[in-house]
Amino acid sequence: MAPKVKLPKPGELSIIDYSLPATDWMDTPVEFKPNTFCWGAKGKDLETLGLPNARDWNPSEEDWKLPENWEQTVLDGIAERLSKYRSFKIFMDICVRCGACADKCHFYISTGDPKNMPVLRAELLRSVYKRYFTKSGKLFGRLAGGRELTVDVLKEWWSYFFQCTECRRCSVYCPYGIDQAEITIIGRELLNLLGLNINWISGPAAACYKKGNHLGIEPHALTGIIDSMCDDIEDITGIRVNPTFNRKGAEILFVTPSGDFMGEPGIYTCMGYLMLFHELGLDYTWSTYASEGGNFGFFTSNDTAKRLNYKIYAEAKRLGVKYIIGGECGHMWRVLNQYMDTWNGPADFLEVPKSPITGTVFENAKSTKMIHISEFVADLIKHNKLKLDPSRNDHLKVTFHDSCNPSRGMGMFDEPRHIIKAVCNNFYEMPENTIREQTFCCGSGSGLNASENMEQRMRGGFPRANAVRYVQQKHGVNMLANICAVDRAALPALMNYWNPGVEVAGVTELLANALVMKGEKERTLDIRLNDLPGKGGNE
Amino acid sequence: MKALYSFLAVIVLILIATLGVNVANMSSVFGIIVPYLAFVVFVGGFVYRVIKWGKSPVPFRIPTTCGQQKSLPWIKQSKIENPTSALGVIVRMALEILFFRSLFRNTKTELKEGPYGPQLAYGSAKWLWFGSLVFHWSFLIIVIRHLRLFIEPVPFFVQMLDGLDGMLQIGLPPIYLTDLFFVVAVTFLFLRRILIPRVKYISLPADYFPLFMIFSIAVSGILMRYFYKVDIIAIKEFAIGLAQFHPVIPQGIGVIFYVHIFLVSVLFAYFPLSKLMHMGGIFLSPTRNMISNNRMVRHINPWNPVLEVHTYEHYEDEFREKMKKVGLPVEKE
Repeated sequence: MAPKVKLPKPGELSIIDYSLPATDWMDTPVEFKPNTFCWGAKGKDLETLGLPNARDWNPSEEDWKLPENWEQTVLDGIAERLSKYRSFKIFMDICVRCGACADKCHFYISTGDPKNMPVLRAELLRSVYKRYFTKSGKLFGRLAGGRELTVDVLKEWWSYFFQCTECRRCSVYCPYGIDQAEITIIGRELLNLLGLNINWISGPAAACYKKGNHLGIEPHALTGIIDSMCDDIEDITGIRVNPTFNRKGAEILFVTPSGDFMGEPGIYTCMGYLMLFHELGLDYTWSTYASEGGNFGFFTSNDTAKRLNYKIYAEAKRLGVKYIIGGECGHMWRVLNQYMDTWNGPADFLEVPKSPITGTVFENAKSTKMIHISEFVADLIKHNKLKLDPSRNDHLKVTFHDSCNPSRGMGMFDEPRHIIKAVCNNFYEMPENTIREQTFCCGSGSGLNASENMEQRMRGGFPRANAVRYVQQKHGVNMLANICAVDRAALPALMNYWNPGVEVAGVTELLANALVMKGEKERTLDIRLNDLPGKGGNE
Repeated sequence: MKALYSFLAVIVLILIATLGVNVANMSSVFGIIVPYLAFVVFVGGFVYRVIKWGKSPVPFRIPTTCGQQKSLPWIKQSKIENPTSALGVIVRMALEILFFRSLFRNTKTELKEGPYGPQLAYGSAKWLWFGSLVFHWSFLIIVIRHLRLFIEPVPFFVQMLDGLDGMLQIGLPPIYLTDLFFVVAVTFLFLRRILIPRVKYISLPADYFPLFMIFSIAVSGILMRYFYKVDIIAIKEFAIGLAQFHPVIPQGIGVIFYVHIFLVSVLFAYFPLSKLMHMGGIFLSPTRNMISNNRMVRHINPWNPVLEVHTYEHYEDEFREKMKKVGLPVEKE
């Protein structure tokens, strides 16, 4: 592994060079600068997942240990995907290079690297498509925008398809709806045919396949983790919460990203779920087998994603629950909303979700039978089923980060806002071009939240951080709320780097802070076991 | 360089038509054979491309959601930007196709020195939207106007459009507004391609070529109508002849007419091979034309593969002892 490289200061990273290379992009070779790319996938993980060309390799070395005849593998892979995905075919054919997407990408905005413009990122693959799959490209070559597939082109793909977080912001502005996420997904599938994944994705995916979650937490350890969370909850509220695991006959299966099991501030969101469900007396169970809502297979290939996602319905069926509630997570909800039912449905063994507290029937999930925790909670609050004391969050000035996937792959905007407004008295929106469907990525999505690419992450998150900075300065915002486990893992570092003083919390943590539980003791601590200002704690 | 190649290609095409008609005396080739061939290639190629797209399935329902989803009854759904009904999709697509809805969202990102240090600002940027809209609508109206040459009697809607377009009654023949708009819009689209460095950097010869072609077609048409004032009666006879499959080469029409229809023919023939197919593709774009009812109605993937999975049994086999130790229920003791 390369030596650790020092992170440049924010003052240096915010000087962005938008000047263009003197050479045409086809003649500008890709560079691998330390701190901006991820380690290569490990052989053992690819083997676990049954993926091709399993071996250890290092992207910064010249030799990537490609299989024999790799060019043909890639070209066959393109041909196969053209026949399987109309999206791919159309997106390869109809881009007019108007440039509307260019300055919509957080990576382009923050690096100034023209190949990070979605249009050019797509062109990296489109040029090969043209050369080998279109008549004009076969005849006129470069004049028609075509180019040969070489090792350098492959390395360029790897570099830039792992500099795209599949956030879909570009596709909002594209006049034809061309979605770079779709092109990146297919580009990464092609790379995976040659064993060219990154370690931060294939490691968690392999762990999830065997152990049930990305972090590789084994069943006995998971119960221990949740148990110690219950100890903390008891310290805070005086109430002992007793969750169940793998329990047959429960009404509801709860699945959340494993990021909520370890590390701050994810665990506080998890404690929030435990407190909420206890307070409601919900008949629900956790699963150690389906202990992952997220899906790093989605950043590998559609097949891998389907194989990981299989566990959720399989476990719901085995346990005989009626429906499923999913926790706060971004890409997890893109997958659950737009892919799960197609891959592993129909979930005809489940029932249409119906809130046991309010009686609300969630018709919007009548086929998948899986609802989002924020939908469930927003409904409770609307029906006044929760006793809330928002003043416990008065020391917080909150803004909300719309995560990419629930925004542009689902459209969940108002539910979490409804909750925040009920549990916090101070809520401020970031500027309108940076929220809702125009929201900016945390810069670490789609499996890029490793540590070896920290500089790139800090860059990629710059547009998001810059918008937070605006409300931090204007309104004194000190809490960045979100509904995504990757956000909770990535944003603290981002805030610490760009906007010190802003903390990060899941919406359910804020809810738990404000939730007045039956029989609880006078609260003096918040969910983080810090003194609650103005509530008898030592301010 | 890339623009130059495309420019030269168009010049060559103009020369071919000029020399072919003037020197080689092949007016029937350029007046009859080439247009028919081009028409066949255009229609055949367009249909072929659309069928080719259509042959690939849409395995997943992947609309880009640009508004509030339908969830709880008291939360206002964005029925067009996140449509759950066919009507919503139709309106969404109509707005996209007729008014370039997505391009209307365009912003311009700028890094400035703000009161709190470097600050990203997102300004309004509607010029590309406006220029494209003017370009496409003018183009459409001009194409429809041309029907008056091919059909007798001229249909009412063509007459009406013609009248509207020429309503300013400046000069004789009256100046069509769309002719002006069209030339200005094409010029704008070209200038932004060469003047905005970023856009220039992403542009390919295939981006300049259609612009030069379209510009040349417009200019040759304008020259014919307003300056050379070619014999419109003769052209109409010729056009009707073409349309009714007994084409006759008219006498006394200058070479400019042949340049015009040769360029139009080449553009038509080039169309299915090129990015101009965005005209067809926009209708089929899965991020826009799908109903966003993912959790309500199951979408079927025709090639949904059967894959190896790690079942609960596998899992319990590996962890049974550890599970029993912490009291987790197991299937097999």
